[in-house]
Amino acid sequence: MVHWSAEEKQLIASVWGKVNVEECGAEALARLLIVYPWTQRFFSNFGNLSSPTAIIGNPKVRAHGKKVLTSFGEAVKNLDNIKGTYSKLSELHCDKLHVDPENFRLLGDILVIVLASHFGRDFTPACQFAWQKLVGVVAHALARKYH
Amino acid sequence: MVLSANDKSNVKTVFAKIGGHAEEYGGEALDRMFHAYPQTKTYFPHFDLGKGSAQVKGHGKKVAAALVEAANHIDDIAGALSKLSDLHAQKLRVDPVNFKLLGHCFLVVVACHNPALLTPEVHASLDKFLCAVGTVLTAKYR
Repeated sequence: MVHWSAEEKQLIASVWGKVNVEECGAEALARLLIVYPWTQRFFSNFGNLSSPTAIIGNPKVRAHGKKVLTSFGEAVKNLDNIKGTYSKLSELHCDKLHVDPENFRLLGDILVIVLASHFGRDFTPACQFAWQKLVGVVAHALARKYH
Repeated sequence: MVLSANDKSNVKTVFAKIGGHAEEYGGEALDRMFHAYPQTKTYFPHFDLGKGSAQVKGHGKKVAAALVEAANHIDDIAGALSKLSDLHAQKLRVDPVNFKLLGHCFLVVVACHNPALLTPEVHASLDKFLCAVGTVLTAKYR
């Protein structure tokens, strides 16, 4: 089980409380597809991903981004059992979706950058530390059931 | 990984807009890296890594200067950073994984201070550029 200090929990909660899940989720997924274009391999049925503009405006990208970040919210609500929270999703990503876990790390780092751009100086080094830890734990949990 | 004409132009724009703040960003990127990835501190046992450290600021200036140099010679980053590449291969031998960590923290700093500048396209270009710099610095390792 991961240990979270009181400060880390507070930093995570205070940032999360101000996040617009739909906007942030859409932006994070769009940036993933733009910055690391090979990640588009998982979304061949999303329609037009031919340019950054197309990706950002793509309604499927927005919807899926919201879905992904909403799910991330479950981790924030269950910091003491992230493993359990993502057990089924881990199996899904392995058995059905066939996603290389490296992609979870990439998305996690993109999310940190999106948060930084929204919160500016309030996204202090201590805040970044807590969130890097969180995205790392989530990535690990999602990879845990791979076989 | 090849930098397109667009990438090069985006990178030059970023550094032009950042201007004199580059040195400060270098220091902050290091500071964030030491916080977020404590294992990176192992390369600086001789530094005071506390808040406001003059050594970290000084080193940040060096890092920033190298990035600016690379951006100014973006058609030949290997040439521009050749001496630094030798230094990292022969003397410093920083494990290659750490260049990604510092690059990521530099992006975070730019995002914090200039969110409007870091559009998705510019983010992609800058990320590619930072990867290219890391590749050059580790190119002579073996």
